Amino acid sequence: MTVELSLTRDPAHIRHGSNIGQPMTRTDGVLKVTGKARYAADNHPAGMAYAVIATSCIARGRVTALDVTAAKRHPGVIDVMTPAHKPELAEDPDAKGNPFAFRMELLQSDEVRYANQAIAVVIAETLEAATEGAALLSPRYQVEIARVGLDAGEAYAPPVVGIGNPAEVRHGDIDAGMTAATKLTDATYQTPAQYHNAMEPHAMVAVWDGDRLFIDTPSQGMGFAQMRIAGLFGIPPANIHINSPFLGGGFGSKGLISGPQVLGIMAAKLIGRPVKLVLRRSQMYGPVGHRPPTRQRIRIGTDDAGVIAVINHEARVTTSSFDDFYEPAADASHTLYASPAIRTAHEAVRVDTGTPLFMRAPGEATGSIVLESAIDEAAFACGIDPLEFRLKNYAEVEPTTGKPFSSKALRQCYARAAERFGWAGRPLQPKQMRDENGFLVGWGMGTATFPAIMFQGNARAVIRADGKGVMETGAHDMGQGAWTALAQISADSLGVDFDQLTFRSGSSDLPDAGIAGGSGHTATVGAAIHNAGAAVIAKLAELATTDERSPLFGAGNAGVVARGGRLHRRDDDARSESYAEILARAGLAEVDATGSGAADAAAQSQYAMHAHGAVFAEVKVDPELGQIRATRLVGAFAAGRIINPLMVQSQLRGGMIWGLSFALHEEAVMDHRSGRILNANLAEYHVPVNADVPPMEVITVDEHDPHVNPLGIKGVGEIGITGSAGAVANAVFHATGIRVRNFPIKIEEVVMRLG
Amino acid sequence: MNLPLSLTINGVRREITLDDPRVTLLDLLRERLDLTGTKKGCDRGQCGACTILVDGRRINSCLALAVSHDGAEITTIEGVGCGGELHPVQAAFIAHDGFQCGFCTPGQIMSGIGMIGEGQAGDDPERVRECMSGNLCRCGAYQGITEAVLEAQSNMTATKQRRSA
Amino acid sequence: MMNFDYVRPASVADAIAAASEKGASYLASGTNLLDLMKGGVSRPSRLVDVTRLPGLDRIERLADGSLRIGALVRNADLAHDAEFARNYPAVAEALLSGASAQLRNAATVGGNLMQRTRCAYFYDAGSACNRRWPGAGCDALKGENRLHAVLGWSEGCIATHPSDFCVPLVGLDAIVEIEGKGGRRELPLEALHRLPGETPERETALERGDLIVALRLPTEAKGFARHARYIKVRERTSYAFAVVSAAASLRIEDGRIRDARLALGGVAAKPWRAREAEQVLAGAAPDAAVYREAARAALSGAKPSGDNAFKIELAQRIVVRALTLAARGTPDRIPALPGSPFSSVAGA
Repeated sequence: MTVELSLTRDPAHIRHGSNIGQPMTRTDGVLKVTGKARYAADNHPAGMAYAVIATSCIARGRVTALDVTAAKRHPGVIDVMTPAHKPELAEDPDAKGNPFAFRMELLQSDEVRYANQAIAVVIAETLEAATEGAALLSPRYQVEIARVGLDAGEAYAPPVVGIGNPAEVRHGDIDAGMTAATKLTDATYQTPAQYHNAMEPHAMVAVWDGDRLFIDTPSQGMGFAQMRIAGLFGIPPANIHINSPFLGGGFGSKGLISGPQVLGIMAAKLIGRPVKLVLRRSQMYGPVGHRPPTRQRIRIGTDDAGVIAVINHEARVTTSSFDDFYEPAADASHTLYASPAIRTAHEAVRVDTGTPLFMRAPGEATGSIVLESAIDEAAFACGIDPLEFRLKNYAEVEPTTGKPFSSKALRQCYARAAERFGWAGRPLQPKQMRDENGFLVGWGMGTATFPAIMFQGNARAVIRADGKGVMETGAHDMGQGAWTALAQISADSLGVDFDQLTFRSGSSDLPDAGIAGGSGHTATVGAAIHNAGAAVIAKLAELATTDERSPLFGAGNAGVVARGGRLHRRDDDARSESYAEILARAGLAEVDATGSGAADAAAQSQYAMHAHGAVFAEVKVDPELGQIRATRLVGAFAAGRIINPLMVQSQLRGGMIWGLSFALHEEAVMDHRSGRILNANLAEYHVPVNADVPPMEVITVDEHDPHVNPLGIKGVGEIGITGSAGAVANAVFHATGIRVRNFPIKIEEVVMRLG
Repeated sequence: MNLPLSLTINGVRREITLDDPRVTLLDLLRERLDLTGTKKGCDRGQCGACTILVDGRRINSCLALAVSHDGAEITTIEGVGCGGELHPVQAAFIAHDGFQCGFCTPGQIMSGIGMIGEGQAGDDPERVRECMSGNLCRCGAYQGITEAVLEAQSNMTATKQRRSA
Repeated sequence: MMNFDYVRPASVADAIAAASEKGASYLASGTNLLDLMKGGVSRPSRLVDVTRLPGLDRIERLADGSLRIGALVRNADLAHDAEFARNYPAVAEALLSGASAQLRNAATVGGNLMQRTRCAYFYDAGSACNRRWPGAGCDALKGENRLHAVLGWSEGCIATHPSDFCVPLVGLDAIVEIEGKGGRRELPLEALHRLPGETPERETALERGDLIVALRLPTEAKGFARHARYIKVRERTSYAFAVVSAAASLRIEDGRIRDARLALGGVAAKPWRAREAEQVLAGAAPDAAVYREAARAALSGAKPSGDNAFKIELAQRIVVRALTLAARGTPDRIPALPGSPFSSVAGA
């Protein structure tokens, strides 16, 4: 196949003639290892100027003065965009046209609503001049007291959580459950604010041509971005051409276009020249979303035998002072464990931060670490092995809805991961194991789950006169491997060998592929591709089977099979004809068709659809110094059909590392008075480094799911975090006997409590 | 202020006149010489995405003033591999899926090449992990990275032995 | 960053002349200075590039058995110098436990000595900081300060010194050679960094124009080679600053500690030499009880500056650990994870 990106391809890394299910290496691999993959900030149109954002260092108040003169006096500075001097917008950036139109700061006023908010943009001939120009603005403020943290104000019940989920869900009789329970685990946990920190900072290279706009910017959802930009600038969406072939990671932060990206477009408009605007790392801690902190109280009541009678999971989350996003943390308790009574409820507090947004497994991650820790606590209270406890409370149907699962191979996940890990024989009591050097050793586990979500996506399939296939879809590759996995599906759907396929993607000029999020991109776009392929093959078949001159004449649509660039009679494989021959005889240069993918509402109402997994972790803890290191992680996941095992392994490992990071490392530290983030960098906002990552094993458990979508795909982008975070935390408890309920687990919590 | 400066970049000697002493090697490569393979992840020496070789040593190009490196020999991701052939570290990154989004990858590869040259890690995965810890990967491709660097190192050693035999 | 005048002097004398103007700053590799300039913390109007000064990049063994390390020797080159690592293993281990391979390849010995605190309030231009702006106040004092100083701090500043390298050095009585307007002088490393007191902005004993040209390790420093370790607790396995660290260097003869050197990192505005603890150890048999007593002595003057009481307990434990491991013997080679508690096995 060909990636339409002047790919210099090393044939050795591509396995021919194999598609779905094959562990092919990445088709964009050569581009990425040679530095030729062009990310947004790598573009440099002629005449380009540099824009740098000046950000507020207060979290709440007003900008009362900006020294624009000083900035403009700096050599090379072209202009300074401020609330008083900016292009007019067609739409209020604070207008709430739809729930996904999050309010953004586009210099509409002098108000500051969080630290690191854009308050001006300096545009200059060089990056150095723009950067210093921004510093020279020396803003003055009227400061108001910032609202910081989970107790900053009165809590209220949010209207919805996540994407339209009810804030409170009740199933069964909670009071009866509490009465029936003979053992109660009642624990309150806290999780910190976290920031996506994709390696690639948000970038915008914008070029206006009249009322047409050409932009290079990383996007997980070009269609959404087009709509938003069109609204803001008052131009038709079709006038906006977005190029986003590669994202340097997104994790949700590039799902919706952010304020700073739009500021880059505004700057280009203001000066009438192409402009590049790239966020500095510190500026990513504010306007591009984050995972909000949570405080979660969870009560799990069981009988003496360890059968759950009730789960009551309550979460307090923060949102911004000016918009609404509510991390659906407690919803993690809806699906995993059977219980006659389940209640989940959320409350929220408004604080002076940027609006929290979707961050890899939003709600699932924050909820999972708490649920899995509490399950571990409940199992321990009952004196039951944590795996046995989970099996005892295995949900045969989705507990809160009573729906059957479309497929659920969780038992196999438990069994295979436990066996591989060597879980059997684990002492029930904590602090029982030490290694040869005297380090405390602990083993913990967690159950992973993530819903099988689909959005809406489209694709266009073409068979050309030379018999080769083309598939076009405006999909997004943020590292999950869309360039490869979707091409694999494309080749199969068109019945061509991989090297006979041209796969076009990563541009808004191609059919809208929806959004790369919710672990649903491969499923959604894969279905669109599958349908587009089927449709174009049907057209070919129609041409052939209705033509007396064809060996396939009379076979009928249902009677042919597409394979290797040929149609074969299903009942007589020897009778076949190549695509090229069919088109040549029909006198056609090409034949094309479109297809779309979306969730099947009927199947969804009938079945609960989730991927599942089991993660087992080993940690070592220094018994005196409290330093913790994960030493082994084994995960088994059942996520429907696996398109590319190599990349699925990578994604699952990556997710598990996020889980490890959640439990042990990452946290944004905010000054409780000023609301400024004190570690808005990568030196002190600790994401795991190579040495933190232990040997990992990922097992994928076969799962055939006829209900989720035509290809049986559930998605693997986010599930890896769930289960893993809890497994690591539970392993720390098992090593030390100390249950830390504040994440990440800090050295002092262990040091001060380890005798 | 015009600052003349002579650099050998990927084997090609270049005479450059800088109009600004603030330009870092990273910004020089990316914004003025169109060598955009080297990435800017943090611009503060905290992520390793900008790793290049200067006089054969891996450094963070974001914390290096260009003007201070007059006369230096610089190798970037664009300068590894030869004649269209991938460098063994590049090939191993593909084979072991040592990346996902690919943004940290040029830095990882340059760091891996630098690390092999330093010869401190040997074939001990733990030492490789430690020696590669200056390169963050938010996608979490670390296992593939470690495997790739180990395999490339062993291939390069074998090739060297064959050549010298 | 602010535009600056860039000068590259040909001699030390020229360098000193160029750096004696207000607003001038020396530039070596720039790994710390450029970071500070990008953050707006340092805004020098002139950079005096000393990287080409002749003769400052050598490691010299002097006739009296001492070692002279030029200020421009790169951290990695020093740590990987086989003879250096053999003679001063805890220093090599400390060097390799700091930052990343890339930064160690660039950072110089002189620059490491001159690196400034990582206190977030120092770095955050919007916060009050007496170091950046004398008299402004210290926002760390009632702020997020779980990692701040527990020794030698004042109401004016509770920041810590971030260097790993300096910790074992200060225990080994390292000497700093300085060239300045008044000529050449020497200073014990211990006297280079200042405690904040009433003048937190005066971070070191250097005067304007002073240039560190070399670091010297006295003859006796080699005597601890067989029993020396650097142990560092941090919040991830690598590429993180110390929460607390300790360097222990022992001379053990006939089952007795003849001489002990102990220093702590991450606890004060300077690398903290624990002389009280050394006195406890001197002459004692190396055992856990005496290590614990030494640890208590080392932290006897400690008090929390905020939410960081745990560091006093942790520091005592790390002292015990460093002493225990040092007494057990220096590993044959630098551990796979330098400075990490998880490399605590001899020879690992």
